[in-house]
Amino acid sequence: MSTMKDFKAEKPTWCPGCGDFGVLNAMQRAAVALGLEPEDVVVVSGIGCSGKMSQHFGGYGLHSLHGRSLPTAQAVKLANRNLTVFAAGGDGDGYGIGMGHFIHAIRRNIDITYIVMDNHIYGLTTGQASPTSDVGSQTKTSPRGTVERPIEPLQLALSERCGFVAQAFSGDTKHMAQVIERAVRHRGFSLVNVFSPCVTFNKVNSYEFYKEKLVNLDADPAYDCHDRLAAMRRVAEADNLVVGVVYEDTEQPAYDDAVYGYPEEPLAHLEPRLSDAMYEEILATFR
Amino acid sequence: MHDVGWKVGGKQGEGIDSTGEIYAIALHRMGYYVFTYRHFMSLIKGGHTNYKIRVADEVVRHHGDLVHVLIAFDQTTIDENWRQLAPGAVVIYDGATFQAHLPDGLQAHLCDVPLTGIAKEAGGAIMKNMVSIGVTAAVHGIDPTAFLPVIQDKFGKKGEAVVQANLEAVRQGYAYYRSHYDVSIPMPPLPQQRSSDHLFISGNQATGFGALDGGCRMLAAYPITPATEIMYWLIEHLPKQGGVVLQAEDEIAAVNMAIGANYAGVPAMTSTSGPGFSLMMEALGLAGMSETPLVIVDVQRSGPSTGLPTKTEQSDLNEALYGTHGEIPRVVLTPRTVEECYRFTADAFALAERYQVPVIVLSDLYMGMSAQSIDRLPREEVTRDRGRRMSDEDLQALAPGAYVRYDDSSPTGISPRSIPGQRNGRYVALGNEHNGIGLEVEEQYIRVAQANKRRRKLAHFAHQSGVSVDGVKDAPFALIGFGSTHGVLEEARAALARQGLTIKHIHLSRVAPFPAEDMMAALAGVERALVVELNQTGQLADLIRKEVGFHDVLSNCLKYDGDPIELREILARAEQVFPTGVLQ
Ligand SMILES: Cc1ncc(C[n+]2csc(CCOP(=O)(O)OP(=O)(O)O)c2C)c(N)n1
Ligand code: SF4
Ligand SMILES: [Mg+2]
Repeated sequence: MSTMKDFKAEKPTWCPGCGDFGVLNAMQRAAVALGLEPEDVVVVSGIGCSGKMSQHFGGYGLHSLHGRSLPTAQAVKLANRNLTVFAAGGDGDGYGIGMGHFIHAIRRNIDITYIVMDNHIYGLTTGQASPTSDVGSQTKTSPRGTVERPIEPLQLALSERCGFVAQAFSGDTKHMAQVIERAVRHRGFSLVNVFSPCVTFNKVNSYEFYKEKLVNLDADPAYDCHDRLAAMRRVAEADNLVVGVVYEDTEQPAYDDAVYGYPEEPLAHLEPRLSDAMYEEILATFR
Repeated sequence: MHDVGWKVGGKQGEGIDSTGEIYAIALHRMGYYVFTYRHFMSLIKGGHTNYKIRVADEVVRHHGDLVHVLIAFDQTTIDENWRQLAPGAVVIYDGATFQAHLPDGLQAHLCDVPLTGIAKEAGGAIMKNMVSIGVTAAVHGIDPTAFLPVIQDKFGKKGEAVVQANLEAVRQGYAYYRSHYDVSIPMPPLPQQRSSDHLFISGNQATGFGALDGGCRMLAAYPITPATEIMYWLIEHLPKQGGVVLQAEDEIAAVNMAIGANYAGVPAMTSTSGPGFSLMMEALGLAGMSETPLVIVDVQRSGPSTGLPTKTEQSDLNEALYGTHGEIPRVVLTPRTVEECYRFTADAFALAERYQVPVIVLSDLYMGMSAQSIDRLPREEVTRDRGRRMSDEDLQALAPGAYVRYDDSSPTGISPRSIPGQRNGRYVALGNEHNGIGLEVEEQYIRVAQANKRRRKLAHFAHQSGVSVDGVKDAPFALIGFGSTHGVLEEARAALARQGLTIKHIHLSRVAPFPAEDMMAALAGVERALVVELNQTGQLADLIRKEVGFHDVLSNCLKYDGDPIELREILARAEQVFPTGVLQ
């Protein structure tokens, strides 16, 4: 059995107090709780402060391009279904430059877990407006306040019938670890949007800001996370300020269960050789 | 060599392609060598389209300049194609549909045949295509029953009645022409010897087949003419081998998927054309920097931008060579034939894994979409290699955490990779500059050591591709090309040699790593060389100048109107460039 120690890599390079520490810790805890070996976990990250996750997590890592963690991670999973695959990135990475892939990853429903460290700001590039910045946010690229409406990741995922939609907060890593654990257990694409404060460039969306406002749906016995329309209403009423599993649909088949011809054994373990008989059979189609 | 040219033309959506294909396959099965070329437009209905077939008694690699029999379903077909009519050509049209006219003074036979009328009698107007095949058979003296096997293949699913009706349409067309006209054009003699394989295959099909045979088990791609056929082919065949074809949301996703799969140990590729290739540039750099194998097939079409989506060109050369910011090692293969489309695509997987670099296969619309008869595929020549890998035992033998993925002390620059899931083999693959274990660093000495490591990998590159020289080895005159123009340049060389020019044909089947030594040797002693390429700016000529010099020796022969180059265009330019005194 692996322990937290097995997932330790080099010392992270985030600012002291950065919310991403909490995310790292929760991912590691979830991995331990799930009984995963570090070599069986791949973290595919985008570019940003959040993108450093692939280097810090302590499994195999693929630090891909800005906005491209999702297509890359989906292919890693298809290549080897035995692996537990995380895609990880920031709000700019996932909901800005990589937004197209997000919707399509939901549609495709490959069994990966997508963790977005949503700090409402571009951290690594030192503080520009992000697609989740609230209207009026003053940043380096919006000194007089942003005018664009923010993306609502949960609503977007719900409207696309994402099979697992959750939100967590870096101020409560214990709860986040539970959420991530459930996300990994879910067969199919799972979204975990995390309020992960950037203590350096976003003084508004701070730990205190969230602590006061967040409602934990997991702690609400009356909340039914299998009712999509109710979930949309609840998220809207709370102005997106919820944590916990917002929605889960266990009926949707994952891509690899549905697609024609996909083998039981991991593709990466198969010898990619065309038999002479198959070769001849194909050749005959050209005669 | 003996050959004849046949063409059918009309409006898009009129069944032109299937007519051409049925006729081509029938001729191929009779034992002829055929080369087909489809001229079409980027729209679905209306617009001129035509299907050209060149039939010969030996392998042909070009669609040929001339048309001996033209089936014209409308006047546009005549207007667009009369320049290619051979003297004494037969032009078939249906007087009930339009009154055909040829330019004054043109030596051709206009033959009015009620194609639609005959078709209706045989069972339906749509069979006018089969009637025109029958008419063609009559012009050439081919027995109409020779078409039965192909008709059976094509229409067998629809029942015996449909098969018989189509055969009847062929027979009636044949009979009508026989009883009304007496102009005949002989077919080439049937080839004496025929290889047992005798395949009818396009470059795109050969590329798909090569990928499958070379070990590709994942294709991620986004539809685009003229590359989509590769996707179609692999969708048919990959799942049977336990492989996957993913239709990505865009080409950025496609190429990153191919990178992800390769990283995880599954040979994967993406296939595309110019616009999609442009979208892949950033990821190309990621593959280079992270030393992840990657295969990209670019079936070039006319650019820039959306350009001429259904027309051919060789203008992505610079992009394949230099595309992406920063500097990465890469391999760029430029197959000369459909056989090389197969072999090079298969080899691309071995090269990508052996050198841990992106490999680009540059095909083009002309080669990709032209189905043609060939003797065989060179399966025994395929390179098979999964590259340097850490075995589970290798990794276990190391101290925990001691594996160095990007070990820059490797003399060849190539450091064995591990695959996710392998114990004690963890590392991070990344596009940031990094140290040995894949952590981003900015120390200058590490940066330089890693950059040099990557560059070393191709220093001893070896592959059966590069420079081919045909003709008189020490000739003072040369034709030079790359990729799909090999066939037509061979014909040009033969024609110029017949006219008395001492000439050779130098052709590149690989442009990166550039085969400089062989090119130097090939060009030594050449006084004048004509570099023939399908682009506006002479990208190949520029590359040769940059790599080996010969600045004052090279002249350009450029074509960029979207159509494939004709033999006579090359010869006309040759006449300007080579000493005219020598040519008679
Ligand atoms: C194609 C491309 N464009 C721009 C950048 C520059 N860039 C790096 S990270 C980043 C934004 C990061 O913001 P976010 O995704 O929210 O991550 P955070 O740093 O906040 O975790 C940008 C614009 C890049 N690396 N690549
Ligand atoms: S800049 Fe913000 S997001 Fe980046 S490490 Fe610092 S606190 Fe974290
Ligand atoms: Mg951010």
